[in-house]
Amino acid sequence: MTESVIHVAGLGKRYRVGERERYFALRDVITRAFTAPFRRNGAGKPKDYLWALRDVSLDVKQGEVVGLIGRNGAGKTTLLKLLSRITRPTTGFAEIHGRVGSLLEVGTGFHPELTGRENIYLSGAILGMRKREIEQKKDAIVAFAEVERFLDTPLKHYSTGMQMRLAFAVAAHLEPEILLVDEVLAVGDIEFQKKCLGKMQDISRSGRTIVFVSHQMGQIRRLCERVLWIDGGQIREQGPTGKVIAAYEDAALRAAQNTGRENVAGVFVAWELGGGGNILQDGLREVRFTFLVNLREPVRRGHFGLHIYNDASALIASWGFDDLLVEPGVQQIEITVPCLPLRPGSYSILSSLFNGGNNLTGGHLLEAWNAVPFLAIDTIPLAHKQEAWAGITNIPASLKVTARQQVSRA
Amino acid sequence: MNAATHSAALARPPVPVMRITPPTRWWVIPFAELWEFRELVYFFVWRDVKIRYKQTAIGAAWAVLQPLLMMLVFSLFFGKLGNLGSDGLPYPIFYYSALLPWMYFAGALQNSTNAIVENQRLITKVYFPRLALPLSSVLSGLVDFGVSFLMFVVLMIYYGIRPTAAISWFPAILLLAILLALGVGLWLSAMNAIYRDVRYVLPFLVQFWLFASPVVYPSSRVPEKWRWLYGLNPMAGVIEGFRWSLTGRGTPPGHLLLISSAMVLLVLLSGVAYFQKMETTMADVA
Repeated sequence: MTESVIHVAGLGKRYRVGERERYFALRDVITRAFTAPFRRNGAGKPKDYLWALRDVSLDVKQGEVVGLIGRNGAGKTTLLKLLSRITRPTTGFAEIHGRVGSLLEVGTGFHPELTGRENIYLSGAILGMRKREIEQKKDAIVAFAEVERFLDTPLKHYSTGMQMRLAFAVAAHLEPEILLVDEVLAVGDIEFQKKCLGKMQDISRSGRTIVFVSHQMGQIRRLCERVLWIDGGQIREQGPTGKVIAAYEDAALRAAQNTGRENVAGVFVAWELGGGGNILQDGLREVRFTFLVNLREPVRRGHFGLHIYNDASALIASWGFDDLLVEPGVQQIEITVPCLPLRPGSYSILSSLFNGGNNLTGGHLLEAWNAVPFLAIDTIPLAHKQEAWAGITNIPASLKVTARQQVSRA
Repeated sequence: MNAATHSAALARPPVPVMRITPPTRWWVIPFAELWEFRELVYFFVWRDVKIRYKQTAIGAAWAVLQPLLMMLVFSLFFGKLGNLGSDGLPYPIFYYSALLPWMYFAGALQNSTNAIVENQRLITKVYFPRLALPLSSVLSGLVDFGVSFLMFVVLMIYYGIRPTAAISWFPAILLLAILLALGVGLWLSAMNAIYRDVRYVLPFLVQFWLFASPVVYPSSRVPEKWRWLYGLNPMAGVIEGFRWSLTGRGTPPGHLLLISSAMVLLVLLSGVAYFQKMETTMADVA
């Protein structure tokens, strides 16, 4: 029997904007009170309202992992805040069965003057754990965050990476029936992101319900079975992950076409790896780079350059393709590489598109794009175990010893 | 649902159901919810105390030094030079017994005014009853109070003043002081969250309140016919109550204390109501 653990009906949140400044001063209130009799009625500016969320209804069943996607400001965070009781709705209601844990930020409640150990207690309590619970889980939290040695140092001496690991470790050991996560997995380095994602998968496998907000479609695809697309404060579409993400990306593309996007030259729109996302997990198999370009002019004898730099800005790999023929409009350019056995880490991609030749043969540059997001290579390290000898590539090798004739000592 | 799942459902511990609706009753004190979050209040108090002591060079000594120094200044200028009277008590005892609740009160006001604003980030990221913040500010002051109280005991021994039966009133008077600090603290923290200049007004408010209260002079100096008006200052009853219950001398509980207690109740209930009404705007304004 499945029942809704989250039932939302007609939920709406309205903010007042315009006439009210964010911060009032008491003296202003007093002066206004005095001048009130002298002000003409209706002479004030009309109050503007902003509906951050309007008439939203949805149901989440036990054990579901639901993704929330949408542009910034669409209302995803507002929905999570309402479900977390951080802010109250203006209309409608929501009914939640089960304990809710909200992860709207990493490091909620951390105080730099307190030690790591003290912050575990504080943050755990703030997130909703009982003291007993924190004590039971303390060792697991410390192990997950890998900060055993620094437990008694004040947090202000921790590196950002350590702080985030600790923060996520505490949050990850929260065991609510329902978990609301707001883009917290977008912070940190790859190691950290991988750990977070893994933990989220563990949580979902244990039967808990998760509502997950993210801009990274790769993560949404990995974790969620159902996706809700929030746009302008309302649910624009909901359904199976693949279908909704496709609709969302489609609309994003069309919007890019219509407005020409932020990119002034507006040629490169987006890129992703063949299977989606920006994280490469197997460097020994075929790798595809998919670029979306928006061309205003037809490209004849064009040149496409793809360059990969490591985090020390050294050029690692580079390819150039000449004599391209591309029609105007939105086009997809796919580059296939039989393998990319590079060392795990972050890489930046530079892609360039020339028209009428390349840079040496008189072509003019349409755009050189520092691709966003960066390329994350997250493969198992196969190279030398010692850091200093690990090199740039990540290619497996095997060693075999065979006996030969004995060398006779004459 | 068949028999197996039904019994399994029964075996599971009851799942809390929460209904989230637009805010309605703001005049009700959420006792049940505050009890549920009692551990969090404890952690907030623990955090405030720890940080306060970590950040000062002399730490706990400040809790003793401040009232002690003020007592010396008062004894000299208001006592010896000003000759404002002391109900027959040695000047140090007279002033210190009033400074005990006064420093606690002023400190609690200071901390609660900033309670919401300093925890802005927290309020927008996690849920807990916002009342917990000014409540913990008011409770964390009790630690400093405890330390300065020890000093008072030393003073009492030094001057050979033994507590009388009046001491049985002390817990009630202390509770009154805490409730007053909470009431005013609620007003201030809510106001400061919305009108950010309130914390600049606070020092003046506290100064004025100090002289309107029987800290540097006994309330017996206030003419009889005006004493009821004087009692409208809830701190008047609290301070006289402190002095009387701890030393056995001064003004015994009477009209003054009665009026002041009624005021404390009024301030507390109106504070809770105002705070909860403003609560809905706090997370939005922060």
